[in-house]
Amino acid sequence: MTLFTFGSVGLSFGDSAILKSVSFEMGAGEIVTIVGPNGSGKSTLLRLLIGSIAPSTGRITCQAGLRIGYVPQKLALDPTLPMTVDRLLSLRRRASRARVAQALQEAGVPGFERRQISALSGGQLQRVMLARALLGEPDLLVLDEATQGLDQPGVAAFYRQIEAVRQEHGCGILMVSHDLHVVMSASDRVICLNGHICCQGTPQHVVSAPEYRALFGEGTGGALALYSHHHDHRHDHKEGAQ
Amino acid sequence: MSWANAILDDFVLRAILAGIGLAFAAAPLGCFVVWRHMAYFGDATAHAAILGVALSLTFSVSIFMGVMGVALVMAFTVSTLGGRGFAMDTILGVLAHSALAFGLVAASFLSGIRIDLMAYLFGDILAVMPRDLGVIWGGGALVVGLLIWRWSALLTSTLNPDLAYAEGVDPRREQMVLNVALAIVVAVAIKVVGALLITAMLIIPAAAARPLTRTPETMALLAGGLASASVVGGIRAAWVFDTPTGPTIVCVVAGVFALSVTVGQVLARR
Repeated sequence: MTLFTFGSVGLSFGDSAILKSVSFEMGAGEIVTIVGPNGSGKSTLLRLLIGSIAPSTGRITCQAGLRIGYVPQKLALDPTLPMTVDRLLSLRRRASRARVAQALQEAGVPGFERRQISALSGGQLQRVMLARALLGEPDLLVLDEATQGLDQPGVAAFYRQIEAVRQEHGCGILMVSHDLHVVMSASDRVICLNGHICCQGTPQHVVSAPEYRALFGEGTGGALALYSHHHDHRHDHKEGAQ
Repeated sequence: MSWANAILDDFVLRAILAGIGLAFAAAPLGCFVVWRHMAYFGDATAHAAILGVALSLTFSVSIFMGVMGVALVMAFTVSTLGGRGFAMDTILGVLAHSALAFGLVAASFLSGIRIDLMAYLFGDILAVMPRDLGVIWGGGALVVGLLIWRWSALLTSTLNPDLAYAEGVDPRREQMVLNVALAIVVAVAIKVVGALLITAMLIIPAAAARPLTRTPETMALLAGGLASASVVGGIRAAWVFDTPTGPTIVCVVAGVFALSVTVGQVLARR
């Protein structure tokens, strides 16, 4: 079953095109990762999906009654706003203590109910936000660079948690990242984005695609940089906005 | 006249009731003003009130309606101009002070009518009439009702606009709810503390409640309680020291804030 479909979606502000004819769909239970350099429109694509901006061209169709659990890039909670973890989790919908405890357990932060949000570390806050998204029993979990600010072991641990969540809930997972290597091993499909979809497929396929090398091959200086590539169109890194 | 007699005498009782009515509407709204960094926004809307007074007197409409209308226009102007070329604080600086200046100039044209500017700038709580009390409590109840109705949606869009969209809340609509609430509070508060000190009644009680609370709801309730206590204390102090009542109330709120921050620090160090 298809969770949602992007049909030739484009977005531009004034003269600058941020996304051009993006078409893809996601099936139930799939893990899809969108990778791309800064300004490639990754986060914009997620914002189109959750409805915070409308596309300039094309159509986005969602399965009827699709429940989306969204984990934002960074929850910049103002220090003047007091908030406990359990209050944050039951803000939009009432949830029993048992359900809150279970969601926190699944997200890897058991027993955090009475903690103040402002006292959490970056990794703990992301897990709390994951628990909050899980409480809505989502068909689709959307994560926007959810591992920003985490160290390498932290990122790996977070993605293992995501895989565990998928096994438990069977929900589709759409995430955006530039932590390429860790993400890719967890994904069924990788979409390489730079204002348009450059290439997509299994992690193995994308990693060897010339379009992917064109975007990420340079500058890593290590194994990825060995490949010398030819491509028929330019990838302008300055184009677009976050 | 003794204090006890003065309370029994209607005007002090009316002043206390008016102040408490304002406190319970302004304090929870003030929490959002603090959380969303809208302090200057509150100032701009409040300063527009003087223009509202001048227009009300010119066109002989009720001060409450005139002030609310102008405050509403100001609030919507500010929230639509935001992010269009100028930094927000620049836009607010331009609008807040021009609104005040235009208001004062407009008031000076009202030569036929005696207008006590000081009363509108600093409030005249001891002159509150039973009719004013109805307007203050009606407006206050409207604001509290609006905030309770939209509470979780307002909080979600304050946390993160994208999170709000993903959960079916339109943050732009919630901003409008706050605009309307702010305009009502300004219209209600002008008689009590005056245009220049309205922002104080919004921000200081909320800031004072912050160090002592762990959830947004307790912060809003405690802010309301502290503001009400300060109103009673301020009216009493103004009576004892023979000082202007509106500013004295704000001084007492400021004292409560200093006390709360100190207590908060002591508690945190334990």
